[in-house]
Amino acid sequence: MIVGRVVGPLVATQKHRKFEGATLLLVQPLGEGDMPRGPALLAVDTVGAGVHEKVLLVLDGRAAGDAMQKKAAPVDAAIVGIIDHIDIPS
Amino acid sequence: MQVALVIGDVVATRKDAALSGLKLLVLQPLDPAGQPVGRTLVAADAAGAGVGEQVFFVRGREAAFPFYPVEAPVDAAIVGIVDHWSAEGAPAPASQA
Repeated sequence: MIVGRVVGPLVATQKHRKFEGATLLLVQPLGEGDMPRGPALLAVDTVGAGVHEKVLLVLDGRAAGDAMQKKAAPVDAAIVGIIDHIDIPS
Repeated sequence: MQVALVIGDVVATRKDAALSGLKLLVLQPLDPAGQPVGRTLVAADAAGAGVGEQVFFVRGREAAFPFYPVEAPVDAAIVGIVDHWSAEGAPAPASQA
């Protein structure tokens, strides 16, 4: 899993049927010191995350499908948690 | 998934049998500001997209799911056509100092 920050919602009327009812959010992956790392991606939100929130993402089709509780869904990323804080003792 | 602009299509007469009937489109991935980012790629279309449209696509094993029961040898598939998005929470662009 990785950490990201929610950039904003994406709206798509015409989409694969497995996305019916799903919330799509653009997310910027974060690296050390919460700096943006790599390109933004689009994830299915299963926890009700909002813009600017720091979230926990799975970047794996099976895990993302499990989070959506759908089998054989054509997804590769899902938000599975909203992060309160991360402690990394030095 | 990632957002992209459809910039072209691919015609291939001689190909894997499981690809027949699939529409193959050339995609330019976009960043949240709508600017091109990264390399172009070819994706199979599962959303009825066409050139000039903004779409989102899935990568990897799951890209073949829309074509089930045919086991299409694809690693990217368009699964939605974008109406619009918000980039309110986008990080500020890095300064060019």
